[in-house]
Amino acid sequence: MSDNAPVISAKNVWKLFGAEPEKYLANMPEGHGFDDIRADGYIAGVKDVSIDVNRGEMLVIMGLSGSGKSTLVRCFSRLHEITGGTIEIDGQDIMALSDKDLIDLRRSKMGMVFQSFGLLPHRTVLENVAFPLEMRGQDGHSRRERALEVIKLVGLEGREEYFPRELSGGQQQRVGIARSLAIEPDIWFLDEPFSALDPLIRREMQDEFLRLQDMLGKTIVFITHDFDEALRLADRIAIMKDGAVEQCDTPDQIVLNPATEYVRKFTEEIDKARVVTAGALADASITAKGATVPAQATIKELAASLVADKRAEIPVAAVDGTVVGGMKRQAALAVLLGDAA
Amino acid sequence: MNSFRSYFENPRNIPRVFWVLFGLAVLLTILRPVLPAGLVRIPEALLAPWRDWIDVAFNFIRGDMESGRFGLIYITRALTGVLEFVLNAVANVLYGKRRWPNIEQIPWSVLGIGITVMAYYLGGWRLALLSAITFLWTALVGQWKLAMETMNVILVAAPMGFIIGGLLGIWSWKSKRVEETIKPLLLVMQVLPFFSYLLPAVIFFKVGPTAATVATIAYSLPPMILMTTIGLKKVSPEVVEAGKMAGCTRWQMLRYVYLPSARTEILVGLNQVIMLCLAMVVLTAAIGMPGLGAKLLAMMGSFKLGRSFEIGVTIVLLAVTLDRMSKAWVTKQPEHFEKGTPWWKRHFYFLLAVGAMLVTYALAQLFGSMKPVELTLWPISEFNLPQYMAGVVDEVHRNESLSQSKPIDKAMRSFLSWDGVTAVTTSIRYFVNVYILVPTEKALLYIPTSAFILGVTAICYRLGGYIPGLLAFIFFCIVAQFGYWDRAMLTLHSVFTATAIAFIIGSPMAIIAARKEKWANRMIVVCDTLQTFPSYVYLLPAVMLFGISPVTVIISILIYTMVPVIRYTIEGLRGVPPELTEAADMSGATRWQKLFKVQLPLAMPTIAVGLNQALVFAFFMVIIAEFIGTRDLGQEMRKTLAGTHLGWNFVLGFSVVFMALTFDTAINAWAEKRRKLLGLS
Repeated sequence: MSDNAPVISAKNVWKLFGAEPEKYLANMPEGHGFDDIRADGYIAGVKDVSIDVNRGEMLVIMGLSGSGKSTLVRCFSRLHEITGGTIEIDGQDIMALSDKDLIDLRRSKMGMVFQSFGLLPHRTVLENVAFPLEMRGQDGHSRRERALEVIKLVGLEGREEYFPRELSGGQQQRVGIARSLAIEPDIWFLDEPFSALDPLIRREMQDEFLRLQDMLGKTIVFITHDFDEALRLADRIAIMKDGAVEQCDTPDQIVLNPATEYVRKFTEEIDKARVVTAGALADASITAKGATVPAQATIKELAASLVADKRAEIPVAAVDGTVVGGMKRQAALAVLLGDAA
Repeated sequence: MNSFRSYFENPRNIPRVFWVLFGLAVLLTILRPVLPAGLVRIPEALLAPWRDWIDVAFNFIRGDMESGRFGLIYITRALTGVLEFVLNAVANVLYGKRRWPNIEQIPWSVLGIGITVMAYYLGGWRLALLSAITFLWTALVGQWKLAMETMNVILVAAPMGFIIGGLLGIWSWKSKRVEETIKPLLLVMQVLPFFSYLLPAVIFFKVGPTAATVATIAYSLPPMILMTTIGLKKVSPEVVEAGKMAGCTRWQMLRYVYLPSARTEILVGLNQVIMLCLAMVVLTAAIGMPGLGAKLLAMMGSFKLGRSFEIGVTIVLLAVTLDRMSKAWVTKQPEHFEKGTPWWKRHFYFLLAVGAMLVTYALAQLFGSMKPVELTLWPISEFNLPQYMAGVVDEVHRNESLSQSKPIDKAMRSFLSWDGVTAVTTSIRYFVNVYILVPTEKALLYIPTSAFILGVTAICYRLGGYIPGLLAFIFFCIVAQFGYWDRAMLTLHSVFTATAIAFIIGSPMAIIAARKEKWANRMIVVCDTLQTFPSYVYLLPAVMLFGISPVTVIISILIYTMVPVIRYTIEGLRGVPPELTEAADMSGATRWQKLFKVQLPLAMPTIAVGLNQALVFAFFMVIIAEFIGTRDLGQEMRKTLAGTHLGWNFVLGFSVVFMALTFDTAINAWAEKRRKLLGLS
């Protein structure tokens, strides 16, 4: 298994809810849409999704409620049994796993954070965090040590003996995060982790989350219905509608080149200058001279210099200083003013 | 067949069908004098020998010890031994029955102080006070042994009911098929008259505490099963998924995720088990189980009001204490201790209880061997409390009890024979009897069986639709077939008149109470407390006021059924969304308009559920009222206890079950339909 092989690889995954989903899927005519399927008495939770998640990448799955994003992530961890297609984790087909192997996989490789926290009400913070370790039979002393370590990591020191109901929402989700990290998972699923929190706390938790991710570098599948959150966090965004993935790309590509009408409508209200980076606008065929701008800077961040800098073409440099290409000032200004295509 | 059913299910046809059926029933009643006898009552010759059939089937299952034919009785008799052993062991500890482990009985004061500390831990000083009063009262009026005989059965039956019910609950949660089988069974069990629990228990297990324990366990099972299943189903899906993602095996899921998360419901189930155990164990007096129930029965029978009253108070105190303590346990949430809290602080209450019990035990040992204190209890001036308490700390001897049964008896008698009271009770008795009971009873007995079945079918169909109507028809045909029609009608008569009067008196009270939040809350607390009283106790005030007469039966059912009527009416009115009453206010509705046009229509489904519960309660109580003399199914059932007439007993018992289920299904279906229509979830 090489390092650049995808960690999660889903191919033509279907998840239908209904009386006899397998049989229905096998006999379903080609090109049947979400509404046709519903007319037949089935709900397409996930509809023919193929997606790869690479090592260390953060994939944000984004969609309105009922779009199938939660269903898809539950297929990845086999909380849902899929109806058709294959899902491989590190090259291993998870649908072929026995119950015991599946439990082992979850005990060693996966962590998950839930929207309404999913904490066990009768256990203290410490016992909640140590729960996955206890389930895999780790001894009391070492699991206490590890749990304290993660509790410290999420900033809940001193609250080890509290019960979930004695904590605020934000603190409860910190417990949820700590619990999901306790077993040192390779893959981290987060199902709308911050949606139940109020906006100020949400922002704070996002920062905290980015700090953790910088430190840990896990492979992450993150679900949200909040586009701003997605743009803030994602390496790549997959936009879902009616169980299908409409577009899966980097944030600036989604904003600049929406693949479908649905995605375009979605991105309409977004301030593109805050998403699009100089790197995304850089064209390698353009060779411009003079002072460079950093590729990872957003157009918004460059606004002042763009207005002052009268050059028609501005060179863009990557983090290491090499020039990757030139950016047309006019195009950048168009993004800044919000009338770019 | 399908179009046949859909015709009756079509809402447009419902009024038409109803009036045809109902009109037919009325016509049959009017034509009674000229009706062929077969339509008035089913002729004896056409009745199937249900009793004998059931007996044959039952005897086959039971087996026979004398002839050595194997059957269920071999198993149950073996279990009897085990059960008896456990009961005896507990009895030894509680009231010094001479059996293994042959330790002395625990002094009442030691048990009392231990449980009072526990009450303090669970619910603060109020609960501790309640517990202390209960123990002091029970011991000092000299009923310790009686109470412990009763507690003996509860202490064995409640844990077993909890475990068996819990296991069945888990099973029915795991398997859809089990759930579907168990559900109708539980419905039947909840309306089955208690006599039908007693007789099988007596046949399969020995008369006395063993049979009482078995009947009590069986009677307490349904709510435990239901609550466990509900609790497990309610566990949040995210908690379940969190458990799965933590890599729980199936056993770990149940043990560490499901059961602890369903704690509240499971403990509410336990509370129900305890309360039903108490309600049943006092009724087992009917099969010779000694204790509070038997004593109350005997005292009430010989009209010893003072003693009856004292026993009644003991039962009520026990009920309230057990209820409050188990409920406090439900709401008790774990609290964390700060880091570094010393061991003794973490277990403070446990140590306190043990310490207090040891001290009390030492006192009991010290003073218990001393001569009983010579006591002159009355007048109080010569009464030396510390000396007295020291004298009785180990055991309250017969001549030391503070029982005031004679003075109470005297006071009550003089109160009851006071002209004002006699005038009121006599006139109520006369009025109820002459103007309500006698005419309605005559009318009910006059209606031909065929007309009655059609009428009930019509009403249930109108209320609930096709299925309830069909069930009403089938159920009442079976009741008619069972051959105790007149007695069944008498039972129904008591149930209906009492519930109707309860409704007429109770709902205005509830409507008034619901006007103010404070009154409503108080009323609910009173109702909750009254509901914990074992139903048996409700006979007491009725007997005191009205002696032994048909009116007493109605009054006791009436008091008992008033509780759900008031409770549900208040809850129904309170459940009306505030924006709707505000909208009514803003539309300029007067208080009456608001009540009749907005609040009552919206509260109706909940009130109907209350009515339904009132009917179920009434069906239960009417059988208990047999203890003070009735002429209905209950009295007939009592007779079956004398022998082993299980067929007879079951025919009578299921007459009650089928009648109760008919109304239960129809009213519930109506409430459900109505709720959907009004958009209330």
